[in-house]
Amino acid sequence: MNIIVSGVKKEYPEGLTVQSLIEAENVEAQMYVTVSVNEEFVKNAEFADTVLSENDSVEFLYFMGGGI
Amino acid sequence: MSSFSNEQLERYSRHIILREVGVKGQDRLLKARVLIIGAGGLGAPAAMYLAAAGVGVLGIADADAVELSNLQRQIIHGTPDIGKPKAESARASMERINPEIKVNAYQTYVSAANVMDLMADYDFVIDGTDNFAAKFLINDACVIARKPFSHAGIIRFQGQLFTYVPGNGPCYRCIFDSPPPPDAVPTCSQAGVIGAMGGVIGSLQAMEAVKFITGAGNLLTGSLLTCDALRMEFRKVRLHRRRECQVCGDRPSITAPFDYAAPVCDIAP
Repeated sequence: MNIIVSGVKKEYPEGLTVQSLIEAENVEAQMYVTVSVNEEFVKNAEFADTVLSENDSVEFLYFMGGGI
Repeated sequence: MSSFSNEQLERYSRHIILREVGVKGQDRLLKARVLIIGAGGLGAPAAMYLAAAGVGVLGIADADAVELSNLQRQIIHGTPDIGKPKAESARASMERINPEIKVNAYQTYVSAANVMDLMADYDFVIDGTDNFAAKFLINDACVIARKPFSHAGIIRFQGQLFTYVPGNGPCYRCIFDSPPPPDAVPTCSQAGVIGAMGGVIGSLQAMEAVKFITGAGNLLTGSLLTCDALRMEFRKVRLHRRRECQVCGDRPSITAPFDYAAPVCDIAP
């Protein structure tokens, strides 16, 4: 099925969870990433149980602490 | 509306000629008050552009002194400023750019004890801090005080920002519920940052302040803008307020600003 990851269409097997996508995409600091699916936030505790569907749009948002 | 001197008409002519700004917009800028927290990589360009734009009163808060390792990106300070308080060094630069404006320099860390008083007199706040404790504090204080602000963060070749306006889109805590533990995510002093990244993102923060003040265009509310300079890609990620957010949600548990433990970016320069 197609999943849109950070704006890019990708092919992933059916039954893909947010957690398995995070691992497959090699996301940095995985414990602390914020994930949105179709513009709605997914709680960290629900990553493993959230199954993605065809054409879901997933965004990874990262802490950026710099500024000074 | 105040009447402009010939010198003002000339100084601000490139603003005044803009349909979206005009004399009315420039008048609003001259009467506006913006607080910039952090006179560093983000705060430097933001403060310089807002000074040049003629924002009537600018507050600049920073407790640190200028160090040699700052100068790769903090363009508001120069080599002769090493050792001087950053707030004072920044004030001198801003007044040199535009002697018309009033600059209030606060040589202090922003904490739960002073944040509400500091921002009380300002219309808009720019978060140019370098640690999560300060970023969450500024977010909470602005949400509680119903004060619009620009959030930003930079690291390596990356940056992100969004604008919070009360009742309009998510706050920082909607996106990131609470700070990561120390050393869980890389900081600038550990991971590095390209100086121009502060220029890109800090200038966009100034742009948001100018748009907020003049009413031009649409603000970056309800979206996080991310910049990946290695790929030279900007992306706008649409986001919504989280109803269970601890501070801006329907039943907030945070009703007063509080301090998290020591800043993250604290290793030697």
